[in-house]
Amino acid sequence: MSHGNSPERLAKDDGGHAHQFDDASQQRNAAILGMWTFLCTEVLFFGAVFVAYTVYRYRYPHAFYLGATRLKFWYGAVNTAVLLCSSLTMALAVHAAAAGRRRSTVRFLIFTMILGVTFLCIKALEYHAEWEDGLVPHYHFNAAQFTAPPGPSQIVPAPDYAANVELFFCFYFIMTGLHALHMVVGIGIMAILVAMALRGRFSARYYTPVEVSGLYWHFVDIVWVFLFPLLYLLIQFD
Amino acid sequence: MNTEFQLFPDQASVNAAHVDALVFFMLGVSLFFIVLIAGLILYFGLRYRRKPQDAKIIPPPPKSHLGLEVAWIVIPSLLTVVMFVWGTRIYIRQARAPSDAMEIYVVGKQWMWKIQHPEGRREINELHVPVGRPIKLTITSEDVIHDFGIPAFRLKKDAVPGRYTTEWFQATRVGQYHLFCDQYCGVQHAGMTGTIYVMEPAKYEAWLSGSIPEEPPAQAGQKLFASLGCATCHSSQAPTMAGLYMSQVNILDRWGRPATAIADNNYLRSCILDPRAKVVVGYQGNLMPSFDGRLSEEQLVQIIAYIKSLQFRAAPSQAASPPPTQPLSPSTQPSPLLGK
Amino acid sequence: MSTTLAYPPPSSGAPPRNYLNASYLVRSWLLTRDHKRIAILYLFSVTFFFLIGSAGAVLMRIALMSPNGGFLQTETYNKLFTMHGVMMIFFFLIPAVPASLGNFLVPLMVGARDLAFPRLNLLSWYLFILGGGMVLAAMATGGVDTGWTFYTPYSSVYSNTNVIVTILGVFVAGFSSILTGLNFVVTIHAMRAPGLNWMRLPLFIWSTYATSIIIILGTPVVAITLSLVAIERAFHLGIFDPARGGDPILFQHLFWFYSHPAVYIMVLPAMGVVSEIIAVFSRKRIFGYSAIAFSSVAIAVIGFLVWGHHMFVAGESAYVGVVFSGLSFVVGIPSAVKVFNWTATLYKGSISGQTPMLYALGFIGLFTIGGLTGLFLATLGIDVHVHDTYFVIAHFHYIMVGGTVMAFMGGLHYWWPKMTGRLYPETWGKVSAIIVFLGFNLTFFPQFFLGYLGMPRRYHYYPPEFTALNVMSSAGASILGVGYLLPLCYLLWSLKFGAKAPANPWGAPGLEWKTASPPPTENFDVTPVVTEEAYTFHLDQEAQ
Repeated sequence: MSHGNSPERLAKDDGGHAHQFDDASQQRNAAILGMWTFLCTEVLFFGAVFVAYTVYRYRYPHAFYLGATRLKFWYGAVNTAVLLCSSLTMALAVHAAAAGRRRSTVRFLIFTMILGVTFLCIKALEYHAEWEDGLVPHYHFNAAQFTAPPGPSQIVPAPDYAANVELFFCFYFIMTGLHALHMVVGIGIMAILVAMALRGRFSARYYTPVEVSGLYWHFVDIVWVFLFPLLYLLIQFD
Repeated sequence: MNTEFQLFPDQASVNAAHVDALVFFMLGVSLFFIVLIAGLILYFGLRYRRKPQDAKIIPPPPKSHLGLEVAWIVIPSLLTVVMFVWGTRIYIRQARAPSDAMEIYVVGKQWMWKIQHPEGRREINELHVPVGRPIKLTITSEDVIHDFGIPAFRLKKDAVPGRYTTEWFQATRVGQYHLFCDQYCGVQHAGMTGTIYVMEPAKYEAWLSGSIPEEPPAQAGQKLFASLGCATCHSSQAPTMAGLYMSQVNILDRWGRPATAIADNNYLRSCILDPRAKVVVGYQGNLMPSFDGRLSEEQLVQIIAYIKSLQFRAAPSQAASPPPTQPLSPSTQPSPLLGK
Repeated sequence: MSTTLAYPPPSSGAPPRNYLNASYLVRSWLLTRDHKRIAILYLFSVTFFFLIGSAGAVLMRIALMSPNGGFLQTETYNKLFTMHGVMMIFFFLIPAVPASLGNFLVPLMVGARDLAFPRLNLLSWYLFILGGGMVLAAMATGGVDTGWTFYTPYSSVYSNTNVIVTILGVFVAGFSSILTGLNFVVTIHAMRAPGLNWMRLPLFIWSTYATSIIIILGTPVVAITLSLVAIERAFHLGIFDPARGGDPILFQHLFWFYSHPAVYIMVLPAMGVVSEIIAVFSRKRIFGYSAIAFSSVAIAVIGFLVWGHHMFVAGESAYVGVVFSGLSFVVGIPSAVKVFNWTATLYKGSISGQTPMLYALGFIGLFTIGGLTGLFLATLGIDVHVHDTYFVIAHFHYIMVGGTVMAFMGGLHYWWPKMTGRLYPETWGKVSAIIVFLGFNLTFFPQFFLGYLGMPRRYHYYPPEFTALNVMSSAGASILGVGYLLPLCYLLWSLKFGAKAPANPWGAPGLEWKTASPPPTENFDVTPVVTEEAYTFHLDQEAQ
C-alpha cells in the first residue's frame, strides 16, 4: 500500500500505528522498550550524584550527620507518603486506560497531578524553612551555627565542620532539586495525557502513552525512595 | 641540558633504565605485529587482487577456523600478561621510597615550583640533588592541579591541592635535565618549567652550604610550633610529638572505630587541618582546633619537618602524664560517634 | 534470492521519486521525520564542526612550528586547544558515524521503514545544533581555556573564561547523543525484518548496537558531572574545590567514567564500517563473524571498567593503578581479534582497491599502530613517563584520525552512491586517500618521539631541541589538510556533475543495496524477508 511520498505524512493504519511500524503491537513494544532505555539513562544520571554524595558522606560522616539533623524530617516523611500515593493513583490511571475507561483515566491522572503538586508545595515550604535557618550554601549559610559550643547531646563540632556541612547542603539542594525538576516534567506530561484522554485518543487497544508515562512516574518515585533515606534517615544509621 | 636535537631522551635515573628496557621489548613486539599485519595486507591485497576477468567470480566463503581464533587470542594475551607484570613491577617499585631517602618538599603554584631542602636551602624552579642517592619528593599544590615531571628520570606525579603526593628517584648521571609541569594549569602552563641539577655529592654539599644560609624547614617549623600555640597542649595534655613520626598510632577513625595509622606526612597534615578525622585513643575529648586556612602549604611543610626531626628524640619526662580520663567538654555522655 | 525492490521506473522518463526529490521545500527538510534526511542534516553539521575544529588545529600547528609559540598569544593558544578538543570530540567524532551513516543505514539494514522514533530523531538533531551553537557562542565571546577535560579546581574556580556556556552546550549535545543511541537500541531490538535474527545482522549493526549501549550508560554520567562543575561555578559552591572540602580527584573519576567509554563510541561504529567495506571489497563474508560481533559487545562492556588508566599519576594508591592497568590490557584483546579477522578475510578473497577499500585498509594499519601504543599507555611503568605528553596525543590521534576519520571517509565514499544517487570520481578518491594516509603519518608519527622525549601536552612554547620534530609534524598537517579538502570539493561536485549511480554499484549484499539509489522515502515497498546469512554474495549482484 502506498502512502504517498511526502516524508511528513504520519500514515496511520487502521490498527492505529505509525508508518514505520509493522503493526500496533510492534509499536507498543518499541515504546515500552524506549521508555525503559530512557529510564536506564536516568539511573546513571542520578547515580553519578549519588556516588559523589556517598564518597563525601564516607569522608565527612560527622559533618554530614550534623547536616542531616537540620533537615525537616517530617516534611520529607509526608512527602514520601504523598509520592507513594501518587504512584498508586498513576497505576490506577494506567489500569483504567487499559480498560478503556476514559473518565476514570482522567480522574486518576488528575489525582496524580494534585499529589505531585502537593509534593512540590511541601518541598517549597521546606526550602523556605531552610533559607530561614541559614542552610542555603553560599547565599544564606550561617556557618556560625556549626561552630557554636555543643549542647547536651550533640557531638563536639569544630571550625572546619562548616565547610563540610555546607557540602552536605550542596548535595541536598542539588539532588532534591534535580528530583523536583523531574517531577515538574512528569506533571507536565500528565497534563498532556489528560488533554489527550479528554479528546478520546486512548482506548483499550491504544493507551501506550499512559503506560510509558506511568513507568516514568514510578521511576521518579523510586528516586525519591532512595533520596529520602540517604538524606533524611542518615541520622539513624550511626 | 642537551639543547641539541635528539631522538631519545637522556637516561639519568635507575628507573629510567628499567622503563627503557621494557619500552624496547614492547617496541619489538609492536614492530613485529605491525610488520605482520601491514605485510599480510599488502601481500593479500596484491596476490588476490580482482582482475577484470574475475568480475563474475565469487570466492568461496571462509571456513571457520577455531584453532586460529583461539591462537590469536591466547598469544597476544600471554604477551600482554608479560607487559602487565613487567610494567607493574616498575610501578610498584616506584610507589614507595626507600626509608633512607632524602626528603625534599615541593609546592607547586601557578606558575612556579617552590622547593625546600631539609637543610634549609630553598629553590624556585630548580632542584639540585646529589647523584646516587635516593631522593623522595613530597609534592602538593597551592591552587590547581600541577604535575612535577622529569623526563630524564621517566617520572612524574600530579601536585594535587589538598593532599600530598610523593615520587622518588635515584639519579645515575650528573647533568642538567628538564623539569616540566605536566598537567594543564592555566595560562602559563608552558612556562612552569625548570631544571634538575644532578651533582657529584661533594659539589652538592658545597652548593648546599654556599650562598645565603637559609633557615632549615625544621627550624622554621619549631618556631611556628611555639608561636601558634601547639606547644601549649602538645607538651602536656595532648599527644607528644617526640618519636611520633612514622610510628604506629592507635586512633579512632571518623566513625569512632578503633584503627591504627602510621604517622606519615599525610597523617600529620590531616591532624593539623582536620583534627577530628583521626583521634588518638585516649584523647577523645580533645579540643584541638583546625588550622585549615591559617597555614600556607610551606608553613605546613615546615611544621611537619619539625615533627619529623623529633622522631629519634626520647620523650621528655613530662609526657609521662596520662591522658585525661574525662572529656573536657560539658557533655558527660559519650556521643554515639566517638568511641563506644 | 535478491529481487530489487526499487520503485519501477516511471514510464514518463522523469527521475523516480526518492527521499531527496520528494519535496524541495526548506520546511520539508527542517521538519522532516525521514531518517535519511536527518542523516544528511547531520552530515552537513558534523562536517561544519569538523572544519571549525580543524581550523583550530591548523592555527595550533602553525604556532607550534616555532619554539616560542609563533604568532599566537598564549591565552589564545590555550583556548584553541580547548575548542579543538571540544569540537572534535563532542561535535564530530561522537556523532559522525552513528548520526550520519548510522541514521541513514540502520533502518535500511534491518529492513525497516524508519527508526522507531522519527520525531525524537529530529529532536536529536536540533539539540545537536543548539549545543553546537552554544559552544560556538562561547567561542565567539572569549572562548574557554580549561582543556576539553575541564579538570577541577581550575575549571570550577580559577579559569576566567566561558566555562558555563561551553559546559551547557556539551550537556545539550550529550542529550542529542543519548536520543540517537536510544533510537538505535529500540530499532535494532524491535524492528528487524522477518528472518533477520541477531546472527544475520550486518556487523555495522552489531557495532552500532554496542555503541548505543555505551551512549546510554555513559553519557548521563558526564552530563551530570559537568553540570556539577557548572553549578559550582555559577553558585559559588565547593563540590570539587579542595579549599572547601571538595575532591578534585572525584571529578576525574566521574569524568573519565564516561570519557573513556566515549572513545569506544568513537571507534566502534568506525570498526563496523570497516567490516562492511572489507567484506564487500574482498567479495567474501567476514572471517570470524561471531568473533567480531561479540568483540564489539565485549569492548563496550570492558570499556566501562578501565577509566582509571587516565589517573595513574593522579595520586591514587598504586593498587588502584594495578587493577586498572590489568583491565586495560584486557580491553585491547577484542580489538586485536578484529584486526586479525579483517586481515584473514583478505585471504583468498577477490580484492578491489577502490577508494573505500583504501580507507578501510589504511584504518587497519593505523588502528593497529594506535592500539599497540595504547598498550604502552596501559603499562604502568611506561605510562608514568609518557602520561600527558605528546605520546598520548599521537596515540589517540592514530585511533581517532587514522582510525575513525579514515573509516568515516571510507564509509562516506562507499555509501555515497546510495545516499546521493551519484558516483564520486574514483581517481580523485584514490589520490585523496593516499594523501591523507601519508600526511597523517607525517603529522603524528613524530609526536611519539616528542612524547617520549618528554614534551608535555598543551604547551604553547617548548624547549628549542623539540623544534625539528614539531616542524615535521606541522608539515604533515598541511598535507593532511589538502587530503581532507579534496573530498570536500569533489564530493560536492559529484552532487551535480557525478555519474548517476545504479542501485548496487559495488555488487554488495545487504538490504540497503536492494533498494534504489537514492532510496525512496519509505525505503522498501514491501518489508523484505531475510533468508540467508550476512555477506552472502550472489552473481546477479555484480557491480553495474
